[in-house]
Amino acid sequence: MKTATTGALSNGRYWIAHNSGVLTAVVLFVAMFTLYISNHSAGLTPAVATTAANKAVLLALVAMAQTLPVLTRGLDLSVGMVFVMANCIASVIVVGTVGEGMLGIVAVLLIGALAGFINGAIVVWGRLQPIITTLATGAVYYGISLFVRPGPGGDVQSDIADLLTGQLFNTVPAALVVLLVVVLVVWIPYRRSVLGRAAYAVGSNEQAAYMSGVPVQKAKLLAYTLAGVLASVAGLMLTFNTYSGEASAPIAGTYTLNSIAAVVIGGTSLFGGWGSAIGSIFGAFVLRTIEDLLFVFDLPPLWQPLFQGVVLLLAVSLGAFRILRVRNRLELFS
Amino acid sequence: MTGVDTGAVRGPTLAMRLGIDRSVAIAFGCILLILAGGAMYSREFLSPDYLLQQLQVGAFLGIIASGAMMVILLGHIDLSIPWVVTLGAMMATAMVGWGGSWGPWICIPFGVFCGAVIGILNGLGVAYLRLPSMIFTLGMNAVVQGLMVLHTGGFAPLDQATPAMHFIAVQRSLFGIPNAVFVWAIVGIFVIYVLKRTAFGRTVYAVGNRESAAYLSGVNTNRVLIGCFAFSGAMAAFAGVLLAGYSNKAYQNMGDAYLLPAIAAVVLGGTNILGGRGNYLGTIAGVILITLLQSILSVMQMPEAGRQVIYGCVIIGMLLIYGRGAKARS
Repeated sequence: MKTATTGALSNGRYWIAHNSGVLTAVVLFVAMFTLYISNHSAGLTPAVATTAANKAVLLALVAMAQTLPVLTRGLDLSVGMVFVMANCIASVIVVGTVGEGMLGIVAVLLIGALAGFINGAIVVWGRLQPIITTLATGAVYYGISLFVRPGPGGDVQSDIADLLTGQLFNTVPAALVVLLVVVLVVWIPYRRSVLGRAAYAVGSNEQAAYMSGVPVQKAKLLAYTLAGVLASVAGLMLTFNTYSGEASAPIAGTYTLNSIAAVVIGGTSLFGGWGSAIGSIFGAFVLRTIEDLLFVFDLPPLWQPLFQGVVLLLAVSLGAFRILRVRNRLELFS
Repeated sequence: MTGVDTGAVRGPTLAMRLGIDRSVAIAFGCILLILAGGAMYSREFLSPDYLLQQLQVGAFLGIIASGAMMVILLGHIDLSIPWVVTLGAMMATAMVGWGGSWGPWICIPFGVFCGAVIGILNGLGVAYLRLPSMIFTLGMNAVVQGLMVLHTGGFAPLDQATPAMHFIAVQRSLFGIPNAVFVWAIVGIFVIYVLKRTAFGRTVYAVGNRESAAYLSGVNTNRVLIGCFAFSGAMAAFAGVLLAGYSNKAYQNMGDAYLLPAIAAVVLGGTNILGGRGNYLGTIAGVILITLLQSILSVMQMPEAGRQVIYGCVIIGMLLIYGRGAKARS
């Protein structure tokens, strides 16, 4: 296991080295967001911040979901589909009074957990590769989304939706509070739990973790299940933003792929065992701010996809700096 | 059908020489099962006409899967397939105009060449920058998308496919067998030859099994990586050229429907997604399986929702039969 929480703060240099990936993403985001705000005609008003937050929190939650399987050296290509499925189901059952809406939210979260658990069960007990498993279950979840909502539409409980996508005390974007609550209620306890640390161990070296008595299977099951829960939280937030549901394969695909990019930009290793969901949040913020920057700088619309692609490629290429650090060429073949 | 059965009965040597292992046999068995199921629904499913048409549609997927398989054998993955397919189609059709009198002659090689260039860039990133292929090819896909949006100006391109493209992709010249099937056969024979009969093919398996071991044995692993990614890009673009001939034009997002089926076909054919194991016969079986499955479900007028669910369940179910990994014991 490459991480140690105790005594990390007492050794500042160690802490910085350990979190360099997250810090890079944070610095990148702050720099880009400052550039964005300073060029925005309205400046940093609560309305501008809320719009930015509502968009960014969706990808941040999906990226957090992606982080958990990646830490165990897995991958979840179905996060986007679970996200869309939660969106479609929420647009059907999160309706009525506030109480009924809350029940609906709980149901959607349970469905997300079940979807993630199925992924985990096939990976753990079926012993199939995560990539191909989640590719196939993603198709199933997309089919269910289409079944629930053949065409775009639906509705959502508007009181809850307005509360969660508006502003708290007219200043703080509520979506950011939701994200903070998710971090405090899901990520921090998970990171400190036995199974959370086991996930890092499994990602570092599954064989060694198994020999050391680490609960490998439980750790993987929990990682995929929580990924399903987080993806469905994102799906709920999407529903609250759009007041409708849509079974869209392009949206699902974009979120899946961007979530992987956000995870990498946030300093998490795709080879497992290294990184954190906090980094992924800022990775997602960076990706979102790129789009906003293109908007304020008035780039010709035709150039935007190319610019976005080049920035994405450069951002993920930052990982290439590790080849300067290796002492032995054989370390490269991981 | 008989080839599979007798191969298994006569003993392991012949079966092994033909590359028929358990997964390939099961995959071909599933094809027969699907056909039998379809035949119970309608006799039409067994008519040569229907089967030939499926082979023609499957040929495009087969050509893409050939490239994807080479990359998967290395233990890598090429996620840039969707827009490289579109790149091949758009560059080939655009070359007709750019090339003047030469245009119709060089448009097909030019489309394939553009795909190969992207593939080489993918290979360079994976080999020399040592970035995970999953994320680097994903970024490359976004870059190619940006280039194509810039090229078309955001509108549907007006370029038309040439008669030659149409001829290769659609027409049937010999015994009523579609030309596209012959093209797939040539690609397939080339892949089998490279994998089984050349030193390069052996190094592909070696790198897929353990790159450090291959490197220490004197294999130039970077060259192998770049070669396979270049082939994958070229094949994706070639399929794009053929698809342009099939639909007579190039359009945005034409490659989106091919990434996941290509990977699924390769894996259903018994190729290990972690690399180092797999043979081309399995990929053929996987491609036919996926094509038939999609076709029969749509003929049965299964709604898209049910189709997706069945599609996913079949992949999981088949892999649970023969694609399981080893237990986590040392």
